[in-house]
Amino acid sequence: MSTSGYVPNLVNKPLWLLAELTYACPLQCPYCSNPLDFAKYKDELSTEQWFKVLREARAMGAAQLGFSGGEPLVRRDLEQLIGEARRLGFYTNLITSGLGMDEARVAAFKEAGLDHIQVSFQASSADLNDYIAGTDAFQHKLEMARAVKRHGYEMVLCFVTHRHNIDHIRDILDLAVALEADYVELATTQYYGWAYHNREQLLPTREQLARAEPIAHEYQERMKGRMKIYYVVPDYYENRPKACMNGWGAVFLTIAPDGTALPCHSARMLPGLSFPNVKDHGVEWIWNESPAFNAFRGFEWMKEPCRSCPEKANDFGGCRCQAYMLTGDARNADPVCDKSQHRPLIDEVIARSWRIAAKQEPEPRPILFRNPKASRNFIPAPDTPAKESVIPV
Amino acid sequence: MPAPAYQGGTVPQIAPGKRLQWEPAQDCWVILYPEGMVKLNGSAAEVMRRIDGVRTVDAIVAELVQTFPGADLEPDVYKLLEVAHVNQWIRPKPGQ
Repeated sequence: MSTSGYVPNLVNKPLWLLAELTYACPLQCPYCSNPLDFAKYKDELSTEQWFKVLREARAMGAAQLGFSGGEPLVRRDLEQLIGEARRLGFYTNLITSGLGMDEARVAAFKEAGLDHIQVSFQASSADLNDYIAGTDAFQHKLEMARAVKRHGYEMVLCFVTHRHNIDHIRDILDLAVALEADYVELATTQYYGWAYHNREQLLPTREQLARAEPIAHEYQERMKGRMKIYYVVPDYYENRPKACMNGWGAVFLTIAPDGTALPCHSARMLPGLSFPNVKDHGVEWIWNESPAFNAFRGFEWMKEPCRSCPEKANDFGGCRCQAYMLTGDARNADPVCDKSQHRPLIDEVIARSWRIAAKQEPEPRPILFRNPKASRNFIPAPDTPAKESVIPV
Repeated sequence: MPAPAYQGGTVPQIAPGKRLQWEPAQDCWVILYPEGMVKLNGSAAEVMRRIDGVRTVDAIVAELVQTFPGADLEPDVYKLLEVAHVNQWIRPKPGQ
């Protein structure tokens, strides 16, 4: 990978540290962003190793910290990690399903200095929620959302939207109002990891989006000043790609459970890059010097149509992972862009998803729930070249 | 959000869930909130860092006039309080 576009003094600071504490999770959501082969990563960082990451990232200027996973509540040292992060001056966000939490733990997190909790819901009804989550979770989530508010946190409710729940958007927003959320993320499924594998069964149709959008706007207007509602359309339906991560190695630093440092949580799928590990290197070297973090900085790596595009500074050519997954080359334009010769690949997915949703075409295979057993099928046998495990289609 | 929420006797406080702090790496004061950060310019920071849930608006203005004599600061302070309120960085301390 060329690093010739890298100008050291133009490298920004990592403002956002995403600490994926574990891949373990009691839920089985089929849109999980974790890698399909997550079951092969077993060597989680220790408490002390996380402390070191926190110190080093904070010293470089990271201010926002997300504890994520998997399910971060699985880590019994979460209270300790929150305490250390807060002591260092991070604004600490816990991104959780709520499973593994009880009121005592909500209180302990507050005591440790946790600033904010984001609770995810899979849907607005117990039946659908628990079907998607693959486990009985809904009632407990309701209780935990109430506990979060009782303990005086700002609360974000996150609903990952897709074909099976987006028609319930009014019920979802009513639930958020009833639970007194401060922020609601109607987070469209991002088609990476498990979601990419299941994309033809998850992508909403254009008609569904056309119905949902005015409802989201109605609630945004009605709840102004009380509840902030974020509503994002799947990028497959846009003509220009998203400015993924605000640029490669520009703002975001993800540390995976095993200590692998990534410019985003999907990037480890990209071939030809060797992502550094915090067990071997300091965060400063990783961010400033490592070849992987410099691979797509600047514009030199770009191919046409990005290279000569007047909009390249707006979106940096979109998402490297999406370019790789759909076109086979991470340096291509994100195929969402209608200037890309590969845009028909996206339109094909949209068309096929529509036919499957309309039952004009059978599902290619049953929807695959995210769990260790399913994950082990994506781990190659020892004599298979590793890259074949990356995107089974 | 009525405009005259802040008067001389109002005690503003940082809103719950928001945090005001000095960021050495940014070399400025910032407001942190869930998943975001706002950098404050010099004059905004001078006002915001005096908001502690104890001082009244009058007291904040008086302090600023002492620190930066000769300038008519009062309208700017009220303007900033309004911006800060609309953005939900601050709120009047309840129970006044």
